[in-house]
Amino acid sequence: MPAPRSITIVGASLAGLNAAEALRSAGYDGAITMIGAEPDLPYDRPPLSKHYLSGQWDRDRLDLLKPDRKDELNIEWRLGVRATALDLATRSVTLDDGTSVPGDGVVIATGGSARSLAGTASLGGLHTLRTIADARDLRKDLDAVPSRVVVVGAGFIGAEVAATARERGLEVTMVEMAAVPLGHAIGDRFGQVCADMHRDHGVDLRTGVGVEKIEGEERVTSVRLTDGSTVEADVVVVGIGCAPATDWLVDSGLTIDNGVVCDETCLAAPGVVAAGDVARWPNGLFGEMMRVEHWDNAIEQGGVAARRLLAADGEAPAYQPVPWFWSDQYDRKIQMAGRIGPDDEMVVVDGSTEDRRFTAIARRDDQVVGVLAFNRPRLVMKYKQLIAQHTSWADALAAADS
Amino acid sequence: MRVVVDFDLCESNAVCMNIAPEIFEVRDDDFLYILDETPAESMRDRLEEAVRRCPKQAIAVAED
Repeated sequence: MPAPRSITIVGASLAGLNAAEALRSAGYDGAITMIGAEPDLPYDRPPLSKHYLSGQWDRDRLDLLKPDRKDELNIEWRLGVRATALDLATRSVTLDDGTSVPGDGVVIATGGSARSLAGTASLGGLHTLRTIADARDLRKDLDAVPSRVVVVGAGFIGAEVAATARERGLEVTMVEMAAVPLGHAIGDRFGQVCADMHRDHGVDLRTGVGVEKIEGEERVTSVRLTDGSTVEADVVVVGIGCAPATDWLVDSGLTIDNGVVCDETCLAAPGVVAAGDVARWPNGLFGEMMRVEHWDNAIEQGGVAARRLLAADGEAPAYQPVPWFWSDQYDRKIQMAGRIGPDDEMVVVDGSTEDRRFTAIARRDDQVVGVLAFNRPRLVMKYKQLIAQHTSWADALAAADS
Repeated sequence: MRVVVDFDLCESNAVCMNIAPEIFEVRDDDFLYILDETPAESMRDRLEEAVRRCPKQAIAVAED
């Protein structure tokens, strides 16, 4: 294919912005059109459940693009419009305002949308958290000092919201279907460390129980749980994960299966790549299909996918990262790198879970495949490199002391 | 070029150390130390990657 002269980036958040940055850094001087469903220029999402929600940071602290850089990138912005279709033959993106954007290349970076509870009507005080608009609404409700906040789902977003609400002095009940929070992600032993941490900070954590019904007329008044109990609440935050935003692609001819399925170079079709939360690709380092919803992956994959559009077939590198993310809760920084399965053997190689300051590594076959730490960032980065190098389990154990 | 870190923002995620260990080090006390405040021009690409991938956007490059 000839070198592209016009590239459309669908999704104006972290992956999309880094795709644009990578194109310009690589010397691409053709047209870039960036389409964003939200009315905002790219902003940073991690603080939405932390510094922004707590009230410590204002909106302008979240901007990812400084004005001078915005000018340098020379992007045509189409914000507040949603892509509704993609034609693979012409690489034309149709928008919900009736217009369409033709291009030589397309970067799909539409991210995901927060899952909501099935069968729940829209009520005042009932929230999900994904966008700045969501966070603004939730922050306003927290500013009004509700008598109790119920968080549904004790995953990382739910746990961060619970921690922020507790730090604001609010009463919090967190409801989790699994017997142990995050058990599927980090195993029950370490999920229990998280559970204890929240209880020690005064969260009323209910595990092994689901939501029967969110009750209220115009506003939420209570949450009925599957064990028959009822929790009175004026704010409910549902944090039960995110679904890749692929609705607009169902008729495109792309393979959609828990995300846009790409090859190992992030290519989904000729001239079409995907990056960030929406992309699923075979990560050769781990020998598995991956879709990664982490901040750091959006940055790296955005760049990799964009450069793929500029590369000749057969010359693009395979994308083989060690996924990494962090979560800040109370005074703890939780970090995880690699892939940890619930059944992987895990060994604490440094610190102790009692102190909630430790590093644990995960084993699969005879290799280290993951690392989890509370307040031990240095070792996480060390193990991230060892995971990338296919380090043996014995060498990984020895590395903790060196 | 000069490396500037806003230590009020830095939370020692250690991403920068992973990308440019010649410049950044998070030590056992969990604090970030700058090992080379005026790195060679050959380090620019990696320094800029560290700037981009800092979760707290706490790193900047000053040209002076």
